[in-house]
Amino acid sequence: MRIGFFVTCLVDLMRPEIGLSAVKLLEAAGCTVEVPMQQTCCGQPGYNSGDTDAARVLARKFLAEFEGYDHVVVPSGSCGGMIRHHYPALFRDEPDLRNRIQALCDRTWELTSFLHDVLKVSALPGRFEGEVTYHDSCSGLRELGVQAQPRALMALNPAIRVTEMRDARACCGFGGTFSVKYGDISTAIVDEKIENIHASGARCVVLGDLGCMLNIEGRLRRCGDTTTRVLHVAQVLAGDA
Amino acid sequence: MQVTSMHFKARAGQKLADKRLQENLKKLSTKWVAGRAQAITELDDFEATRDDAIERRNRALANLDVWIERFEQQATARGATVLFAETPADAAKLVVEIARKHGVRKVTKSKSMVSEEMALNRALDAAGIQPVETDLGEYILQINNNEPPSHIVAPVVHKSKDEVSDLFARVHQRPRLTDIPQMTREAREFLRPHFLSSDMGVSGGNFLIAETGSVALFTNEGNEGMCTVVPKVHVVVTGIEKVLPTLDDLAAVARLLPRSATGQSISNYFSILTGTREGAGRPGGEPDGPDHTYFVLVDGGRSGLIGGEFQDMLRCIRCGACMNHCPVYQKIGGHTYGWVYPGPMGSVLTPSYVGIENALDLPQAATMCGECHVVCPMKIPLPDLLRKLREKQLDRRLRPLGERLGLMAWKFAAARPGLYRPMVRLASRVLKFVGGERGRISSMPLAGGWTGTRDLMPPSGPTFKERWAQRSGQGGPGAPRSSGPAGPSGPSGSSGPSGPSSSSGPAGG
Repeated sequence: MRIGFFVTCLVDLMRPEIGLSAVKLLEAAGCTVEVPMQQTCCGQPGYNSGDTDAARVLARKFLAEFEGYDHVVVPSGSCGGMIRHHYPALFRDEPDLRNRIQALCDRTWELTSFLHDVLKVSALPGRFEGEVTYHDSCSGLRELGVQAQPRALMALNPAIRVTEMRDARACCGFGGTFSVKYGDISTAIVDEKIENIHASGARCVVLGDLGCMLNIEGRLRRCGDTTTRVLHVAQVLAGDA
Repeated sequence: MQVTSMHFKARAGQKLADKRLQENLKKLSTKWVAGRAQAITELDDFEATRDDAIERRNRALANLDVWIERFEQQATARGATVLFAETPADAAKLVVEIARKHGVRKVTKSKSMVSEEMALNRALDAAGIQPVETDLGEYILQINNNEPPSHIVAPVVHKSKDEVSDLFARVHQRPRLTDIPQMTREAREFLRPHFLSSDMGVSGGNFLIAETGSVALFTNEGNEGMCTVVPKVHVVVTGIEKVLPTLDDLAAVARLLPRSATGQSISNYFSILTGTREGAGRPGGEPDGPDHTYFVLVDGGRSGLIGGEFQDMLRCIRCGACMNHCPVYQKIGGHTYGWVYPGPMGSVLTPSYVGIENALDLPQAATMCGECHVVCPMKIPLPDLLRKLREKQLDRRLRPLGERLGLMAWKFAAARPGLYRPMVRLASRVLKFVGGERGRISSMPLAGGWTGTRDLMPPSGPTFKERWAQRSGQGGPGAPRSSGPAGPSGPSGSSGPSGPSSSSGPAGG
């Protein structure tokens, strides 16, 4: 099975190791992973800022670069949501293109959905031990229905104990450019998330989206918490953390 | 109501710093969110109930003109007078005219958000007519120097019991009470004389029923009956979009409204009011009810949404679930939004009704988390509508220059891999350098919105693509392509599960 890996901007720039963990998981499950090097961004920052044209340009680019693959895998719920959930609507008036985009979107997966729902993996390639709590990222949860998959995958490793926090599905306050435009509101929201993470007792929060990761980790560190770990689910599943 | 949405940012800062408000707003998640979650489980099939109700609302809106006309005929046939107002200000004038016509000196009001759009109390005051709010929450706000409501269902949700105790003691000139039933009794003592001396009652209208010419009202305090049945004149003020074709439609929507709003299966009071008191003064005539019933139906921007990309918004049944579940509303409260309707629904309605240029922050001040869409009983795609408003702001050049330039630069680069890749590589180096030995960025030019309150944890090293290229150079799969974006032409590597594991890559580096 040939997989086109869509790295995403933030993994590429901010946390490249997550991309490598994701590839490790895919390869361990028998996939051939390729990374089209021309890829850039899914267009979400522009789309959410109201620049629909930019999203269209980048959706066409995505189509050109990834149409030839059996599946496309994205290690981020919000980029995955942008592609699967929003791309088809961008081409409402161009039926041929829309159909091609739709077909590709139907083969585009958020990492844990792909591992769990499509590959039905039953073993993990790495070791990880400890108690974690899982934060459900908004787009993955609400646009793609990612909720059971990461938990089921973590359950494959009996050494991972998941303790649910209160309001795990509540937004962390990131919201893309919102976090910068309304930094004070964003911070108030992430503070509540952090309160819930701490209250869970787990010393490690696991999630599936880079935006939430930078937001939660950045606030934890600023508040002097240097020990609560913030990990992407790929790192935990691959045993790379 | 005056629009103050342009002060959003400054107000948000004040509200975030207001410790008492922050404490008061916690009620939202503990009480309303949990209540709704429990209440919807009572329905055998919540999704089916919701889909059915949505279809009925859509059917009503698809032929709104027809149903309004039918409503007008039926209401008129039952003795009511139906009036239309293009603007909320026109509607306020109509209500004042009605009051003057009947020699009204005092108006008792049941809760109505449309009357807030109309700034009705101010119009009545100006005409020398005394308006008395009788919903407990609205009463509290009125005696607190006409403070505006901060929530469409629970107007004083921003206040604590202690604040209300202080207010009552000051305004009522009675000993300070702290027991809620006692405080309510005291308010009732003050309201009762108003009910009995009221010349005209004004209520909102949750729904209008076309087939019977009725208004349906969902309330919890019993004040509504005292406003609509006791005075000689009853005026219903509501939006033109509130028409439902049949009582059957009302039943369908009624299963969702209180559950979504307050977590109740049904509100304490549920009234369907039709026409005037029949045979007034004659033997065998109805003993109760108004002699005169008026409906003042307000457009106020609603008809402008019909047939357009915001039509879904007209389905709104004003339950408030979107704000109860909104992470932003939960932190800043309703007053920050600066007009009648706060939260996600207000962030769509305010720019739509008072002008996009008068509420620039509202569509932007959302995390787009999507929870409002999930809990909306009418499945209004609020995040999509907010995004469309952002699109309109951009099209009309209503965003700051810096933001527009930034967006243009990003778009230019993202479409050009040859430019984008080296830029990302450079950014990676710069961030790592700025992070220094601490591996943490605490302040950075142009990123104050982030670094003011959060660190930025920089990347640990080269970009993913660099590492991938390096790995490919070692004979691994996925060799970088030099071809343009023509797409993959075939597998470039042959490895399956037997391929090199990432332990040979620089993952740990």
